[in-house]
Amino acid sequence: MASKVRTLILRASGTNCDAETVFAFRQAGAEVSLVHVNQLIRGEERLADYRIMVIPGGFTYGDDIAAGKVLANELRQKLGEDIVRFIEDGKLILGICNGFQVLVKAGFLPEPGKEVLPGLTLATNDSGKFECRWVHLVVPERSPCIFTRGIERLYLPVAHGEGKLVVLNGVLSELNMALLYTDESGGTGAGYPSNPNGSVADIAGICDASGRVFGLMPHPERHIRGTQHPQWTRLGARKYGDGFKIFQNALDWAERL
Amino acid sequence: MHRIEVRLKSHLPDARGLGLVRDIHDLGITTVSQVRVVDIYWLDADLTTEELDIICRQLLADPVTQDYRYLTPSVDVRGRVKGLRPFTPNSSPSPYQGEGDRGGEVSKELHSVEVAYNAGVADPVEGTVMKAVRDLGISGVRAVKTAKGYLLHGHLDEKSQEVINSRLLVNPIIQHVVRREQSAFPENPQYDFSLERVSLLEMDAAALSEVRRQFGFTDDELQAIVAYYRKQGRNPADVELETLAQTWSEHCVHKTFKAKISFGGKTIDNLLRSTIMKATQELAKPWCISVFDDNAGVIDFDGRWALCFKVETHNHPSAVEPYGGAATGIGGVVRDPLGTGLGAKPILNTDVFCFGPPDLPDEKLPKGVLHPRRIFKGVRAGVADYANRLGIPTLNGAILFDERYTANPLVYCGTLALMPKDLGRRGQQKPGDLVVLVGGRTGRDGIHGVTFASERLTEESSSVSYTSVQIGNPIVEKKVIDVLMQARDRGLYRRITDCGGGGLSSAVGEMAEETGVRVDLDKVPLKYAGLSYSEMWVSESQERMLLAVPPESLEELKSLFAREDVEAAVIGEFTGDRRLRLFYQGNLVGDLSMEFLHGGRPPLVREAVWQQPVFIEPDFVCPADLREALLALLGSWNVCSKEWVIRQYDHEVQGGSVLKPLVGKNSDGPGDAAIIKPVLDSEKGVIVSNGINPKYGEIDPYWMAASAVDEALRQIVAVGGNLDRVALLDNFCWGNTDQPEMLGALVRAAQACYDSALAYGTPFISGKDSLYNEFEQEGVTVNIPHTLLISAIGIMEDSAQAVSMDFKQVGNLVYLVGTTQNELGGSEYFRTHGFVGNSVPKVDLKHARDLMNSLSMATKKCLVRACHDCSEGGIGVALAEMAFAGGLGATADLKAVPLGEPMDRDDFLLFSESNSRFLVEVAPENKEEFEKTLSGTPFAAIGRTTDTERLEIYGLSGRKIVDASLAELKEAWQRPLRW
Repeated sequence: MASKVRTLILRASGTNCDAETVFAFRQAGAEVSLVHVNQLIRGEERLADYRIMVIPGGFTYGDDIAAGKVLANELRQKLGEDIVRFIEDGKLILGICNGFQVLVKAGFLPEPGKEVLPGLTLATNDSGKFECRWVHLVVPERSPCIFTRGIERLYLPVAHGEGKLVVLNGVLSELNMALLYTDESGGTGAGYPSNPNGSVADIAGICDASGRVFGLMPHPERHIRGTQHPQWTRLGARKYGDGFKIFQNALDWAERL
Repeated sequence: MHRIEVRLKSHLPDARGLGLVRDIHDLGITTVSQVRVVDIYWLDADLTTEELDIICRQLLADPVTQDYRYLTPSVDVRGRVKGLRPFTPNSSPSPYQGEGDRGGEVSKELHSVEVAYNAGVADPVEGTVMKAVRDLGISGVRAVKTAKGYLLHGHLDEKSQEVINSRLLVNPIIQHVVRREQSAFPENPQYDFSLERVSLLEMDAAALSEVRRQFGFTDDELQAIVAYYRKQGRNPADVELETLAQTWSEHCVHKTFKAKISFGGKTIDNLLRSTIMKATQELAKPWCISVFDDNAGVIDFDGRWALCFKVETHNHPSAVEPYGGAATGIGGVVRDPLGTGLGAKPILNTDVFCFGPPDLPDEKLPKGVLHPRRIFKGVRAGVADYANRLGIPTLNGAILFDERYTANPLVYCGTLALMPKDLGRRGQQKPGDLVVLVGGRTGRDGIHGVTFASERLTEESSSVSYTSVQIGNPIVEKKVIDVLMQARDRGLYRRITDCGGGGLSSAVGEMAEETGVRVDLDKVPLKYAGLSYSEMWVSESQERMLLAVPPESLEELKSLFAREDVEAAVIGEFTGDRRLRLFYQGNLVGDLSMEFLHGGRPPLVREAVWQQPVFIEPDFVCPADLREALLALLGSWNVCSKEWVIRQYDHEVQGGSVLKPLVGKNSDGPGDAAIIKPVLDSEKGVIVSNGINPKYGEIDPYWMAASAVDEALRQIVAVGGNLDRVALLDNFCWGNTDQPEMLGALVRAAQACYDSALAYGTPFISGKDSLYNEFEQEGVTVNIPHTLLISAIGIMEDSAQAVSMDFKQVGNLVYLVGTTQNELGGSEYFRTHGFVGNSVPKVDLKHARDLMNSLSMATKKCLVRACHDCSEGGIGVALAEMAFAGGLGATADLKAVPLGEPMDRDDFLLFSESNSRFLVEVAPENKEEFEKTLSGTPFAAIGRTTDTERLEIYGLSGRKIVDASLAELKEAWQRPLRW
């Protein structure tokens, strides 16, 4: 086995899914460091020392102004060059829920390294409510996403109030869709609550053209063991949950770097 | 000075606005067709237009969904904005995105309201905006204020507009409508020090009585204080009286529970010690680590980790400002385990609310009281926003409704936390250790919250009690939790406690009891200038913790806290003189002996009486068909689905959930208890449940309490747990216990807690009480129903043995375990007919434990496919819930039900709320083994699961008494709270 993959889980004020994200990557075999954004800004830790960077879920800076906006602003202003170089070096970035919001609002998705902020955002759910529920997901064919390789369908929980993907005209056709909300049978276009937030084209996650920068609203780290499945007492518990493969895929790729 | 307005692009739906439209229609105002919300930011700065554009484009406005505009009004010498009208709708098409005129005509069909926070109320967003602007490389922003603008489309007369303002948009406790030229940045008055003394020793009776009232002392207490100062030969400083008032308040010292109570010809010396704590002592469980000694109870989880559990109430603040009151209730209870032992990490929340009915007619709403619907929505939002942001899963709870909670709602907030076992006991500081205040800054928030909590509400409460409501900032608390866990693991402090009720006065005063302390109040970090030293001392500003730090650890602690952007200030030093000495700018402003502060309070002496009331027995006849009755019960406020609330809580964060609050085929059935794995790499689980039955309390509080314990334990057993290691919390919310009848009811309930804890072998580990929950209006006093919440945690060896309540498979047997009695007193069925009755459900304390143990054995042997306890609505409701949660039909035969006494009415049998009963689904192949395992306990197979998608119940005569489709049952249950 190759040497352990050093994985950086980024923490800031209000991050709250860090512990289970650390656990998921450790279960998958990564060597994980939980690093505060201030440690990166002050140079106490170097992004370059890692092969995977993860921005986990939470309410960074309270989601004041808009979800993920303030951390996005901070990363773009203070660590933008480091992050773009990290991506150019062929490394992996995963943003889950608030982390996805951060990646989009900082402009690291859908196309890293651009001067102008992208023509897409994650806005308040159509329901106007924060909602925690499980959703069925499908990986579109020919998705370049490294994280979802070999996965066709997933069952994961969402828990957010601002997960509705909104795009400006012309942006949609350029997007690399990586994950779509579906109904139980895998069909898209099923509406609420299958699509829990009203995202355009049922999009739950997108990646960059290389497939190495991936952001998604659902929480794969909340379904890595069988007894997290909401119907396991009916269906029986499997050892691993659907989300676990995403972490394994990340490590499989990063091991070869 | 700059003003920035941000709003959604006009072609996009405004989700916040849509919610408001629904709420406006709920008020009966149907002419409003659309609401748009505008975020307003005031920046105290002198920025260039380039800088303002950067701030708007990159930070405050989303380039995809929002438009912005800004302006720079002129300002007079005192910082007041000149000639600026409040926010108005704009008739011109595109004033946004760039500098523009804010004027515009107000059409009759377009109304605008601008709402700002009152002076001294800090919106957490303000600090975040400051930080983010600095991150942009723009300096010179001195302060930020926020406001909200609302654009209402549709015809509105002045009165309707006023109703919308007062019911939905503005809470005058913290906000106001901006009506004329205003100062966005009001000046804070400066504070000039002068030592305030109260001339207690020279006062006549009338003046003393005024002091007594002002500080909330009893006569005996004030006499003891006068005697103390006479001996000292001086008058007290105001801050000393404040300290005594806080420390001796009901909220902090629970003096009623510790009173000498004469009851039934006997004297009870300390009710707490002689009932609830006594049971714990007698049970002497070796796994109890810290009980009734610290801010929360602590038990051993697995030899390496310990669980810490606490439930609190935040009732009175939630009555006047539901959102803020409930949010700070969460913030407060989370700090309890954080301040227990050397600090525990919160891992689960449980919240129980009691409200007036959401459909209460307006004419029944007392003056000055918020409508139950608004309280409900506000509390839900406050709890969710705070707990979700902290990243604590809310996995358990209950919501109850009764008209008597209308003016005095109850908001119970509970937190379960995890800590290394060897850090579970309270620490001890040494003389010379530093007093370090960490977390949020101190403002005027919540001044006198403790005495407010211990007083009754009146119709003026909303207007006089504004300083008692605190504005919470969950992200500050989250940062405090994160950094404290690291400081704890590095051993940087010797002791910790939270700053809660009574603020520093309680926290420092209690912590320093054994040593003594000196505090320099001018070292307390303030939110804004102008606080007097005594305001700093009693402020209940949120998100603060107090540490005892050895001097040699200070530097490491400070640099750790700095890295995580959390403030840590040394405000004093622990001494060895057993005195509390307070200084301000070098002046001694307070000096009390610990002996008097903690030992000088004369005990309360109280009378208690209790007599069982007699209610009218119902006289209606048993309906031949009970389908309608069942549908009515399923749709009653107390029974109906609470999914609308539960979904808005994050119940998956931290990744530990095993059994969620909503279970079944479509994840919408009512789970009995929640199970989580607190340590992710261990299969060991913890079950969390609660029991609460206020409607039994009007008949007999003894059986109410016993029923609540039974209910909490039933739920633990129902999900596959057992009673081997179960710990309980008690939370009493009572009316005015100065009334002997009210106190007698409290004594009865406490006695039942003792008897039940012993009978089940389940110790109490902590508790709390909130008394004086009453509301006075025009001379008439309404007390809340006696309300006891029992919260339970049970340890489960293997969480993969959990059982959910939904029917699993066609053709399985449905058993009823436990005996049914003619016990409908206080039942939901009687209530739907307008009766209370007298036959309150009792508990067979001799046999209940054995019954639960044998059922636990059956689940351990994997013989149980589904299990649901019978509570409100009895067998009927439980069967219906199991059926529609599993998407499977069922038949049941009431003739088979094991009876404890003869019963001849189908309705009573179906809806009796007898305790210690379970419905259990068992596969036919396990029939024999299941029955063998349960031998010796009353049980019977009463039905089967079917593929008909109908619930069919046969009565005593063999006739079908219920025949209903799962869809209609579920619809009845889900409809009321589908908001």
